[in-house]
Amino acid sequence: MATAVFGRKKHMTQAFQDDGTLVSVTVIEVEPNLVTAVRTAEEDGYDAVQVGFGVVPTRSVNKPHAGQFEKHEAPPRRHLKELRDVSGEVGGTIEAGVFSEGDKVHVTAVSKGKGFQGTIKRHGFNRGPVSHGSHNVRAPGSVGASADPARVFRGQKMPGQMGNKGVTVKNLRVVTVDTEKNELWVRGGVPGGRGSVVKIRKAGE
Amino acid sequence: MITSEDIRQSSVPQFRAGDTVRVSYRVVEGNRERVQNFEGLCIQRKGKGIAETFTVRKNSFGVPVERVFPLHSPKIAGLEVVSRGAVRRAKLYYIREKVGKKARVKKAT
Repeated sequence: MATAVFGRKKHMTQAFQDDGTLVSVTVIEVEPNLVTAVRTAEEDGYDAVQVGFGVVPTRSVNKPHAGQFEKHEAPPRRHLKELRDVSGEVGGTIEAGVFSEGDKVHVTAVSKGKGFQGTIKRHGFNRGPVSHGSHNVRAPGSVGASADPARVFRGQKMPGQMGNKGVTVKNLRVVTVDTEKNELWVRGGVPGGRGSVVKIRKAGE
Repeated sequence: MITSEDIRQSSVPQFRAGDTVRVSYRVVEGNRERVQNFEGLCIQRKGKGIAETFTVRKNSFGVPVERVFPLHSPKIAGLEVVSRGAVRRAKLYYIREKVGKKARVKKAT
């Protein structure tokens, strides 16, 4: 069974390790995830737990959503998501303490949206000359050959939506686990802006 | 580990550019650790929070040496202000162009 939990990206900061090196860390707030349902391979075809997190007042969710929490006699949570291959008991919680210092984790989140971007920003193309009558400044250039193959290959890098998609950063090291403040400090950056929902999964499980 | 919360209560002495400071820095040689002193003129403080650094300039056997220390590094075993200087700017880069008697700062009164 895997180890995973949902959290919220708080901010980035730095910390000195015991050997004197200064490392960049991302602070992730891991509110205890309330297990609201358990999926099993026999009944549902896969193993998972459904967890709720992000406590909100009852008035800010609709009635069907609030009803999901009535049977647990708990205040409603904004998010209800599943964690695949994680074990748990209905009514229990999954907390930051499932990880320990030094663990390697994969962090999945939705990256910051950059909108519709050209090939230079999106794919790192080079720009054309800006002077001597050139009009080919930020244009993508040729997208293929001629009569053979007479088409543009699938996957050709072109302008389009950049960011705002799921991204996983692998093998980040857990620097600190603060079970009192429900904070997880991981080394390096994680996708998304402040306050965005992140999934933290132990690497190699 | 030292975090931004620890430094709020930390006891770093007050000093600024122009002051002469003595830094006791932990040096690891093989598997032995000892403390090395570095005394000289602080010519700048840079950055803020946990990433703040300061630069100390001294004359070592005729060779000018500048060293940048992270202010809150756990490797700093001690930090002592030897004397206060009277200077009119926050960064004393002009000192680098000066030699001899001109490469001094006035003592604060």
